[in-house]
Amino acid sequence: MSSLITRRSLVMGATVGAGALLAGCDKIAANPGARKILFMGEDMNRGLQRALTNRNALAPEFSPAQMSPIFRSNGTSNPGTAEYTAMVANNFADYRLKVGGLVDRPLSVSLPQLRQMPSRAQITRHDCVEGWSAIGKWQGPKLGALLTAAGLQKSARYIVFTCADLFGGANYYESVDLVDAFHPQTILAWALNDQVLDVAHGAPVRLRVERQLGYKHAKYVMAIDAVASLAGIGKGKGGYWEDNVDYDWYAGI
Amino acid sequence: MNDPTAPIVIKRHRLATRVWHWVTVVTMFIMIGSGIGILKAHPRLYWGRYGANFDTAWTTLDQWPSWLVSLLNLLTIPTSYNLALSRRWHLLFALVLAFALLGFMIVSLVNKHFQRDLRVRAAELSPREVVHDVREHLAFRFHDPKKPGAYNILQKLSYVVTIFVLIPLMILTGLTMSPGMDAAWPWLLEVFGGRQSARSIHFIAATGLVLFIIAHLALVILAGTWNEVRSMITGRWKVPPHTSEDVA
Repeated sequence: MSSLITRRSLVMGATVGAGALLAGCDKIAANPGARKILFMGEDMNRGLQRALTNRNALAPEFSPAQMSPIFRSNGTSNPGTAEYTAMVANNFADYRLKVGGLVDRPLSVSLPQLRQMPSRAQITRHDCVEGWSAIGKWQGPKLGALLTAAGLQKSARYIVFTCADLFGGANYYESVDLVDAFHPQTILAWALNDQVLDVAHGAPVRLRVERQLGYKHAKYVMAIDAVASLAGIGKGKGGYWEDNVDYDWYAGI
Repeated sequence: MNDPTAPIVIKRHRLATRVWHWVTVVTMFIMIGSGIGILKAHPRLYWGRYGANFDTAWTTLDQWPSWLVSLLNLLTIPTSYNLALSRRWHLLFALVLAFALLGFMIVSLVNKHFQRDLRVRAAELSPREVVHDVREHLAFRFHDPKKPGAYNILQKLSYVVTIFVLIPLMILTGLTMSPGMDAAWPWLLEVFGGRQSARSIHFIAATGLVLFIIAHLALVILAGTWNEVRSMITGRWKVPPHTSEDVA
């Protein structure tokens, strides 16, 4: 009899306790100090990955038979601004990719020039932070080659990508460090699956940074800037999603 | 001292076992809650290397019974949908889970907890023994009167599967979902048959862990809640009276 009461109260207690714990987790995540600890996981995971693995390791590449039948698009499907719409109408004839910031020779590169650069084609897997994956073939020049041509200065630590699509009135942006910027698979893709990159997938140029999640792969890239620090850009966390919804800047995991 | 009616108290769990147990209790709670939050961002599971909305999923959340979906909603961390925060919780505590398990495994090999208490002997796996143990469980007798402190075979198997199969499987399939780790350790993809297969296996193994937790809690309650919980806090465990009577 008494053990029955104990069992019932135990189950009740466990349920109430679990509810309290869950509410506790929300409270913890709202507390600035605890939040700092919670957000330390990003640096710990990045540190461990960079320390324990080869930082030049290549992302897996696949055969044409292993590609997704349909490569879904995500995020912005069309920037839709007057400027961008005019560029599309003109087949990006007036498009110039600006490479600037901490470089010796700022560049302004047209799409035909970009296509004439030696390019890398790679069939890789795109992993969205939400959980889905799609395998497709990307082609474009290495970002590292472009940065070398522009003469990256010693003080540069991050590469920032400014995009044509607007989020909350501001241009989407992303950033990577120099390890990923000079990784051989980090390219500025102008083709997907042997077709000229379409608007939904980021025309005319999108970044591929193959060892990180999809939101790092900035679409509609308009400007590339080398910077010493991410402070002062956007809200300082290195990207639209990082600034506004607490996504990890390091999205290798 | 020699009073035959006095309960026999033995030291059941070592400090390392107790510390690891409670660290893992908290970690599991957070991993399950935040894992549900992450699953909700794309509640479709696939087999193979790729899988997205246009591909065939073997299961999707909208196929699941409503009581299960309500339960999942109830357990989600944080309580309102926030993929970024679910990931922050999950990826920080993934480190706690993995390194606590590693530490526990090393200590338990050194202090011989694994060899003494969890080693499954061939004789214990004979159908006669297993059937006998199932009957004993159904009769709510959980301890061999001759060796009350030892784990029975069903208990050993469930602990072995949890410690050496399910949790390591969670860790490895979790790593396989990391694009950075796939570049560094491409063999992970070979082992699990692609990232989306690894994601499916991750949730199947998580379901296995949840079933273990349910059975584990039910048996703790049936075997005597306070005595069992105390043995995991202080290490001291009172030999149940009926077994000591049987011995006498």
